[in-house]
Amino acid sequence: MGIELVISGLLVLMIIAAIVAVEIKDLLSSVVAVGAVGVVLSLLFLLLQAPDLAIVQLVVEILALIILVRATVTRDGTDYSTKEIFVKTVTMIGVLIFIFYAFRAIKELPRFGEPKMKVASYYVTEGNGIKNNISETGAANIVASIILDYRGYDTLGEATVLFTAVLGVLAVMRKVGRKK
Amino acid sequence: MKGMTLIVKTVTRLTVGLIMLYGLYITFHGHLTPGGGFAGGVILSLSFIHLILAFGKEFVIKKFSETITSVGESLAAVIFLSIAVSGFLAGYFFKNFYGQGVPFKLFSAGIILPCNLAIFLKVGLGLFSAFLCLVLFVSTNSKE
Repeated sequence: MGIELVISGLLVLMIIAAIVAVEIKDLLSSVVAVGAVGVVLSLLFLLLQAPDLAIVQLVVEILALIILVRATVTRDGTDYSTKEIFVKTVTMIGVLIFIFYAFRAIKELPRFGEPKMKVASYYVTEGNGIKNNISETGAANIVASIILDYRGYDTLGEATVLFTAVLGVLAVMRKVGRKK
Repeated sequence: MKGMTLIVKTVTRLTVGLIMLYGLYITFHGHLTPGGGFAGGVILSLSFIHLILAFGKEFVIKKFSETITSVGESLAAVIFLSIAVSGFLAGYFFKNFYGQGVPFKLFSAGIILPCNLAIFLKVGLGLFSAFLCLVLFVSTNSKE
């Protein structure tokens, strides 16, 4: 029951951030709200036990956000004029909470040189009823063994899609043949 | 875009190698832990973008021009396809033909590691060349 409540709360947060992104007047604030939607989506993927997808979502969100910020902000430099004590206090409290939980999370990490992934070792040792695919491909990460071995054609198609997209950008933005 | 202040440049000099190394780590361990070629490639392109934002575009273009990145991306696509085609040596397309090794070791799982490396180069250089194109497009438009 607990995890559903957390997921519902995160979904409500995503909807609020999306509405803010559409309705707000300032362009930079809108871009930041879009980034909030992406980060919460990445958190959702992590809670739904898809860590591969969560990593890709987070990283691509950062890349898209950088491009959007560079496109919307015309002037360089930062404005240091804010001196509100409230904002600084809230930021410091947030940083302290983050450090507290990060310190607790560090203790949960596997020790240095520990090669085993917990989920994969479950499949290796118990493997109850599930076909043991480690004996077939030798990959401990089951997602990797699927996207690059069982479903290799899918990955080839995705690589072609990305190749075509970059080709399109290079063709549209080229110097030769652009009208003066 | 001439780059940012001295503080940003110094911090960038210290961190950009670590970011690149993290992308390589995620790629090399793609068959052991979550991650893989795509995420590692995006992190590689983010480290180049970090250099552009901190030092300005002229600094990066001296080493990586638009042509080099797009040629590198195409080469990586050819490498990925040739790994797939080399499966014909043992049977069929995309056959995982050389040794599986010991599970949980770095060099295991046959063609998955080279495929991840090819995708790493392809995604990293491809996204970086798209970003480079956008930067050059904006700068040439503002000159005219």
